[in-house]
Amino acid sequence: MPPLIDIRNVSKSYRRDSLEIPVLRNISLEIASGDFVALMGPSGSGKTTLLNLIAGIDRPTEGSVTVAGTDLTELGESDLAAWRAQHVGFIFQFYNLIPVLTAVENVELPLLLSGLPKPERRAHAEAALAIVGLADRMDHYPRQLSGGQEQRVAIARAIVTDPTILVADEPTGDLDKTSAEEVLGLMDRLNREISKTILMVTHDPHAAERARSIRRLDKGELV
Amino acid sequence: MELLKLILRNTLRHKLRSLLTAVGIAVAVLAFMLLRTVVTAWNAGVEASAANRLITRHAVSFVFPLPYAYRDRIARIPGVERVTFAVWFSGVYIDKNQFFARLAVDSNSFFDVYPEFLVPPEQLAAFKRERNACIIGSEIAERYKLKIGDVMPLEGDIFPGRWEFVVRGIYRPRDKTTDPTSMLFHWQYLEEQARKQKSSREGQVGWYVSRISNPEEAGSVSSAIDALFTNSPAETKTETERAFQQSFLSSMGSVMTAMDVMSFVIIGIILLVLANTMIMAARERTHEYAVLKTLGFTARHIFLLITGESLILSVIGSAVGLAVTFPAVEGFQNALPKGWFPIFYIEPRTIVFGTVAGVAVGLIAALIPARRAMSIRIVEGLRYIG
Repeated sequence: MPPLIDIRNVSKSYRRDSLEIPVLRNISLEIASGDFVALMGPSGSGKTTLLNLIAGIDRPTEGSVTVAGTDLTELGESDLAAWRAQHVGFIFQFYNLIPVLTAVENVELPLLLSGLPKPERRAHAEAALAIVGLADRMDHYPRQLSGGQEQRVAIARAIVTDPTILVADEPTGDLDKTSAEEVLGLMDRLNREISKTILMVTHDPHAAERARSIRRLDKGELV
Repeated sequence: MELLKLILRNTLRHKLRSLLTAVGIAVAVLAFMLLRTVVTAWNAGVEASAANRLITRHAVSFVFPLPYAYRDRIARIPGVERVTFAVWFSGVYIDKNQFFARLAVDSNSFFDVYPEFLVPPEQLAAFKRERNACIIGSEIAERYKLKIGDVMPLEGDIFPGRWEFVVRGIYRPRDKTTDPTSMLFHWQYLEEQARKQKSSREGQVGWYVSRISNPEEAGSVSSAIDALFTNSPAETKTETERAFQQSFLSSMGSVMTAMDVMSFVIIGIILLVLANTMIMAARERTHEYAVLKTLGFTARHIFLLITGESLILSVIGSAVGLAVTFPAVEGFQNALPKGWFPIFYIEPRTIVFGTVAGVAVGLIAALIPARRAMSIRIVEGLRYIG
């Protein structure tokens, strides 16, 4: 069975004025469907860059990134956007909810691109919020929620389209211990109960313990 | 939840800023409409001028009279259908602040040449029968509560003495471009008085108006009229009514040009106000736009979000500005001394232009922030700290 995520000889560098700054060097990595992988490493090691390449929000300088059989390097901008909408759920460190939308409206946001009728969109969004235990907070705005609750809304937004992979960038980085445990427990459940493939960037060894495997990066290379 | 809801919520995110922007647009639209209306009012005479009327005046200046004897000679020129004439009487009615045109006219021909003055036939007949009768515009009748049979006493200045006229007719303007504020009486009555007083103005008229059969021959007919009186003591200058009105307005031409230019500068100011708001709003939301792109929203969606918000602000501001313009124009007219602008109304094209400008400004103001937000890379947007 081919891997869900297949990264081959990927390098990534950024240009700052005349300087070429390498971030990833010749990375090759395979991740199977249903895996829960933690990416660890010191700051500047290239964890988030690798996550961004897999999620299709950045492009490698060299090499190929194939996810669910699609070579992302061959997609144009609009195709890549449509691919992200269908295949990727994002969880950010700082939740990144839209402050003028309620919890249920935030969760419904990715479904606007799905073509589903409004009642179905609403039903899906409410179901996703129920999964993360926030059925009673649907009409709350982000400012009316705690950090942990906001991150759970963000997780509901990430899973509402039933994406192929979930990518999380320091999902517990801005949370207290209790909230972090809740969020990690939720991700663990999503992986175990519905076999959601999850990639998580984290500094926190305790968070990484929840993953099935840990991959470490240092100076742009897998170690 | 639709994209429109997000656009509306974004518009109301900074309520004070949105309110001030919309008010700024409303004030600018109001100023634009007012200026355009003043310019329109000033040019109303030009707009109302008929293509088939020629004005013949003294070649030196409008203030010098022409001999009455010119009338028949002008009437004989091929292409001239009808000739009438008028004299600027001036005078004081009630006090010097009551300004409206008072003209001595040839009662037999004037209303043939000026069909836009609508007088009921029986009133016109009564006017023609009575030596010291007058016809007044409907607005004058309304303003001074005058009715048929009332006497209008005038204190003469150019033509000294106390003059009394009996109102025998009230004309209505055919359309909005016709002046409803004139008072017209018999030139023959004026002439009688001039004769009695042995005035130098005896046998003189102010200007002639010729109705011609073919407007395309205006140039040749004008030349023919002026050629008749070359080397005479009172040489003439004949031109189309439009050219005459324009030359009459030329003394204020630079002020009107400035007002004309200012009205369009105001459109530019609206654009800057709105563009400033939209640039600020879009910059603050750079991170959010990146998040939306991450979720699969495209550059087109971002364009719609920013342009939609800009359009909402511009349309609301413009609508309020337009709505306020109507009472403001009325108040402006009431605040001015009576008679300054006999024709003062908001032209339909001014309303259309104000509306189109409001929408266009909304679109244009969104271009720069939308272009920037659309082109920013997701990873840069996510790192952006506003």
